[in-house]
Amino acid sequence: METIELLKTLTSTYGVSGSEEAAAAVARDLLKPYVDEVRIDNRGSVIGTANGTGPKILLDAHLDQCGYIVTSINDRGFLKFSRCGGMDERVASGLPVTVLGKKPIFGIISSIPPHLAKEEDEGKVKKEEDLCIDTGLTKEECESLITLGDRIVPNYKFEKLLGNQICSGAFDDRSCVAIILKALETLKACGVKPNLSVHFTVQEEVNGQAAKNDAFASGADEAIILDVSFAKTPGCKDEGTGIMGKGPMIGIAPVLDNEIFAKLKDLATKNNIPYQVEVMNGDTGTHADEVIMTKSGIKTGMISLPLKFMHTPVEVIDTEDFDNCVKLLCEFIKSEGGNK
Amino acid sequence: MIDLIKSLCEIPGVSGREDAVRDFIISKLPAGTDYTVDNLGNLIVHKKGAKTPEKKLMMCAHMDEVGLIITYITDDGLLKFNEIGGIDPAVLIGRTVTLESGAKGVIALKHIHLIEKDEREKLPKHTDMYIDIGAKSKEEAEKYAYLGSYATFDCDFTEFGTDNRFVRMKALDDRAGCAFMLKLIGEDLPYDVDFAFDVQEEIGTVGAFAATYGIMPDVCVVLETTTAGDIDGVEGDKRACVLGDGPVVSYMDRGTIYDHDLYKDTMNLAKEKGIKAQTKTLIAGGNDSRAVKTVGEGARVIAISIPTRYLHSPNCVMNKDDISATYTLIKAFIEDYE
Repeated sequence: METIELLKTLTSTYGVSGSEEAAAAVARDLLKPYVDEVRIDNRGSVIGTANGTGPKILLDAHLDQCGYIVTSINDRGFLKFSRCGGMDERVASGLPVTVLGKKPIFGIISSIPPHLAKEEDEGKVKKEEDLCIDTGLTKEECESLITLGDRIVPNYKFEKLLGNQICSGAFDDRSCVAIILKALETLKACGVKPNLSVHFTVQEEVNGQAAKNDAFASGADEAIILDVSFAKTPGCKDEGTGIMGKGPMIGIAPVLDNEIFAKLKDLATKNNIPYQVEVMNGDTGTHADEVIMTKSGIKTGMISLPLKFMHTPVEVIDTEDFDNCVKLLCEFIKSEGGNK
Repeated sequence: MIDLIKSLCEIPGVSGREDAVRDFIISKLPAGTDYTVDNLGNLIVHKKGAKTPEKKLMMCAHMDEVGLIITYITDDGLLKFNEIGGIDPAVLIGRTVTLESGAKGVIALKHIHLIEKDEREKLPKHTDMYIDIGAKSKEEAEKYAYLGSYATFDCDFTEFGTDNRFVRMKALDDRAGCAFMLKLIGEDLPYDVDFAFDVQEEIGTVGAFAATYGIMPDVCVVLETTTAGDIDGVEGDKRACVLGDGPVVSYMDRGTIYDHDLYKDTMNLAKEKGIKAQTKTLIAGGNDSRAVKTVGEGARVIAISIPTRYLHSPNCVMNKDDISATYTLIKAFIEDYE
C-alpha cells in the first residue's frame, strides 16, 4: 500500500489506550500478508510471527493513541472527562471530539466565554475540571449511548503541509506501525525471509507494561523499538531533539544495546541513509525500557521518527524521514541474517 | 436556510477581507436587485416592499469573521500572527488553519513533555504562538504567506445532538445574520427595507458607520449572534442566554442602550405570535448597534441575536430551533412595522 494511504488507514481507526480493538483489527489485517502467523494476545496486542533465518528480532511499535475517558454524565448532555494517556492539556479548550460510545458521538470540549472567565485564571491553561464535553444530547440519551469509561478521541484530519510534511492525530505511534509494515513489504518484495516477532502493542501511553508481556512470549534474541521522538520546534533545546527532515533518530542510552546502536549507525552510513543520534541519559520513555527487562534481558535498539507537536491532534511528520526509517529497518533486518 | 448558512460560513472572510463573502451574496441576489457597494466594501441592498414606510427601516448583519493576520515570518519559515477580533488563545492550540494561498498550517507549541510544570499551566499569548506550514525557510514560507495576509479557522459544518438540532461551524457569527437578510431579500415584504451587509464588525464595528451613513435610517434592526454561557455548571443569570430559548432581544450591552420601546414591543410581538424569545441576563458584549445609533441624526436601534456557544472560536454552536425562531421573529417585525 502507498505510504500516505497506509498512514491514512492507520490513523483514521481509533485506539485510545486500553481500548485498541478497532486499531488492532486493522493492524492485524495489514500485517497478515507478511507473517506466518498473526494473533491478538490476552491484553489486545497484535503479534505476528515470521519464521525465517537468523536471530529472532522483535519489532515493536505501539498501537494506542492518547485521548480522553468519560468520567461522568451530567445534566443536559454534558460529560466530564479525564485524559487517557498524556494528551497536551493546552489543546483541550474548544476541541471537537468523538465520544466512542455505542456509536461515535460528536462533541465539543467547552471553552469559557469571556464573561465567565475568572480573573485569577487569566493567562492560564483551563483545568480539566473546569471543562466539559458538549454533546447536544439530553442526559437520558447520553446514558443510553455512553458508558462511564468510554474513550474519547480528539477530531483530527489528515492534512498535507509544504514539502514532505504531513499532519494528523495518532502519528504517535501509528506512523511507526506503518514503518514496520512498509519494511516488511519491502523485504517480502526482495525475497528476504527473516525470523521476526512483530508486536503492535497496547497501552504504551499509560504505562508501557504490555510490551513486557509481549516480549516475554516472543522468544526474541534482540529487539528494535520504533517510536516517534521530539522534532525541534521553537523553544526546544538542540540537545534531546532531532531536526525534522534530517532522517531517523538512532537512540543511545544506558538501557540500549551499544552494539545495535553502532550497527544502526554503520548501516545508515554505508547505505547513504541520513540519521541523527538521540542521546538519553537513563531509560528511554519508550517500550525499550520494558523489553530490555524481559526474561534474562533482550538486547534492544531504537529507531525513532522525528515528530512535531507530540500528543496533540496536529502531530507532524516528514515522509522522507519515514522512508529513511523504513530503509534503515530493512537494512538492519537483512544484516542480521534474514538475507541468508 | 441551514444550507445557505453553511455555504456562507465556508467562505473565508476575516475582517478587512470580506470580498469573497460579498461576491457570494451578490451572486445570490434576485435579478434586478438594486444594490450598492460603498468605499469600505459594505454591500447595501435597497429592497422594495409593498409600501414605503414613513420611518426608514434598515437591517444589518456583518460579513466578516474573526481570524488571524500574519505579522512576521521567521528565518525558519514559521509565521507569527495576531488575532483579528477577540479570540481566546486557548482555542487555537492544536488546530489547523488555512492561509489565503490555500496552504495549510498548524498552530501548536513546544512538546508538552519538554516543558516545566509552571510553563505547562501558562496559556501563551497569540503573539507567542506561530503557524507552522511545513516551510523550511523564510523564502519558502514567503511563497505562501505575506505580512498582512490572513489565516482562517478550519472547520467542517456538523449537525449533532438530539435530532441533530445543533450545528457547529466557524463564522456563524455573523453569516447566520447574512443568511437571514439574503432570504428576506428573496421574499415579498410589506415595507421597503435597506439591508446592509457590513464589513469589519469584529475590530470595532467599523463598517457599520459608513453603511448607516449610506442609508440614514430612522429605525435599525441589527441581526447578530450573542454569547450563550449555558454550559455545564453555569446557572441563572451567568448563562447570559440559553440555546433553545429562542432569539435574544437585547435591552443593553457594553456598546448600546437599545431603544426601550422597540425592546418591549419586540418582546410583546414574540409573545403575541407565539415565538419563543429571550433577553440577555447580563450586560456584556456589543455589536454594530453601537455604530449605527451614532450616525447622522441617530436611529432607534434594536438587536435580535441567535444565542451561540463558543463564539469567536473555530467551533461555534447554535440550535436550529433558535435559527428558525429568529427568522420568524424578524419577519414578524417587518410585517408589524407600522
